[in-house]
Amino acid sequence: MQTAIKGDWVQIHKIVLEPSERAPQLPGDTKKVPLEMWVKGYLRQDAQIGDSVEVETTTGRSATGKLTSIYPSYSHDYGEFVPELQAIDKLLKGILFPEQEGGMK
Amino acid sequence: MRDLSYNAVMARKNEIMKKAIGIDYSAFESGGISFDYERMMCEAGYSLQEIQKIQESVSVGNTPLIELKNISALSRKYAPKGNGARIFIKDEACNPSGSFKARRAATAVYHAKRLGYKGVIAATSGNYGAAVASQAAMQGLKCIIVQECFDSSMTGQPEILEKQRACEAYGAEVVQLTVGPELFYVFLSLLEETGYFNASLYTPFGIAGVETLGYELSLQAMARLGKFPDKVVITHAGGGNVTGTARGLLKAGAKNTEVVAASVDLSGLHMASDKAFNRKSFTTGHTGFGIPFATWPDRADVPRNAARPLRYMDRYTLVKQGEVFFMTEALALLEGLERGPAGNTSLTAAFCIAQQMKEDEIIVVQETEYTGAGKHPLPQLSFAKKNGIELKIGDPECEIPGTNIILPKDPSLIKARDFDLLKAKHSYVKNCIGSLNSKHITMKDLEFIVEDTKSDQKTILGFLNEMDIKVL
Repeated sequence: MQTAIKGDWVQIHKIVLEPSERAPQLPGDTKKVPLEMWVKGYLRQDAQIGDSVEVETTTGRSATGKLTSIYPSYSHDYGEFVPELQAIDKLLKGILFPEQEGGMK
Repeated sequence: MRDLSYNAVMARKNEIMKKAIGIDYSAFESGGISFDYERMMCEAGYSLQEIQKIQESVSVGNTPLIELKNISALSRKYAPKGNGARIFIKDEACNPSGSFKARRAATAVYHAKRLGYKGVIAATSGNYGAAVASQAAMQGLKCIIVQECFDSSMTGQPEILEKQRACEAYGAEVVQLTVGPELFYVFLSLLEETGYFNASLYTPFGIAGVETLGYELSLQAMARLGKFPDKVVITHAGGGNVTGTARGLLKAGAKNTEVVAASVDLSGLHMASDKAFNRKSFTTGHTGFGIPFATWPDRADVPRNAARPLRYMDRYTLVKQGEVFFMTEALALLEGLERGPAGNTSLTAAFCIAQQMKEDEIIVVQETEYTGAGKHPLPQLSFAKKNGIELKIGDPECEIPGTNIILPKDPSLIKARDFDLLKAKHSYVKNCIGSLNSKHITMKDLEFIVEDTKSDQKTILGFLNEMDIKVL
């Protein structure tokens, strides 16, 4: 079990509204799931992943929730190679600059 | 102890909003449908000269106007002889936070600071979050951004995840939520808890912040080309971009410039649906915001929305997701400008509209936005494929939002499809009447509706007659 110590930068999770508390105008699929929230901050006490904790956010607010991640990082990237885009690039160059390498045959 | 339940907080909405914006909207009301829009813009906002000064002090605005010579040449290949306007683009990505939203944020944060607020909060998953965070960093205020970011499996749109990173890079706290309009409840709770300023997208000063964009591009065109642009194409979502830019054009004297709005067509996808959330490849600039905000602007997080797009639109066009990705590639490849896809919605429409114009005419695309990990055709299309969306090369006309994305197999297939503005105006009138709960409206209301929809009395009276509403 991963342990975080007081002062660590962490992410916490909280259920804001249970499905039964959600707004009436929602589509069916959304009404079936809770409204969830994630916030980051400095941990106020030693804890393990899954524990109920309190953090201090960058604005100095207190927030509570379950500890989900320690030193949370960014995972979004440039995705995978998309061959269809490469084909578009070749098409564009071929139309406007047919003399260049990669032009339409 | 204050009751923090959903119902209790929503019931305190007006009280929370009043404290968090510092505008007494009731001063502009006339008791019915109408309110004094121009007086609100004048008294609660800032003059163009004041905004220019504020923006200059934080290095916002004065972005370059670039002629897209190769894209114009490409467009001419598909135009009738003698047609094919010169396409220019206002490179708004050069703003501090990488989009035109810095203009709105600069004035909102300035106003918050002037009124003595310690921090600002904005509810946005778009570029506005990074803009407010960047301006708060520059002007020394605290900042919280509330994002709708994940579906119920905690899968986030890459474009939104990038904006979270950007906000955090500028020192803001980011509160991330799953799908649902109750985001507004969290937003209100945070306003109440912190006492911060509501840096809403829709305040008079926020919209006035965009006026400089229309003003600048008019003067840049005049200085360089000896005339105002014949058409300006504006990506449309919440309405602020259209409203502010069009007001700026008018203030510059460009009264004959046609105002063309453009949105990505996401028809059929429910915006509050957990399942549909990650089946779209654009998180802004789309019809899911564009149509509701045009037909009912006062749905916003302020009592009276300063963004009133129907007041200014001459034409509203729709483009497909695949077409926008195609044009994003074209902008990088043919013009050497790598920019974010959502901002290229208006470029896509302009590519087609230019073909309907004469060769010596000028069409201006009034924005670009920054690009990066997550916010780029590669991750956005990879994400779509992972979510079961089919990616094809073919005729974009066959694109079905949430099912497939079709990159045009030939640039001639890129179209700006006209959305019937009369239909939008009809919906607007219906929404006005629905909010009133009466069978009568006043003459003042009628005049307001005519102005707010850029219509004539005959058209509006026709709609009212059909709805069995009398004018007293």
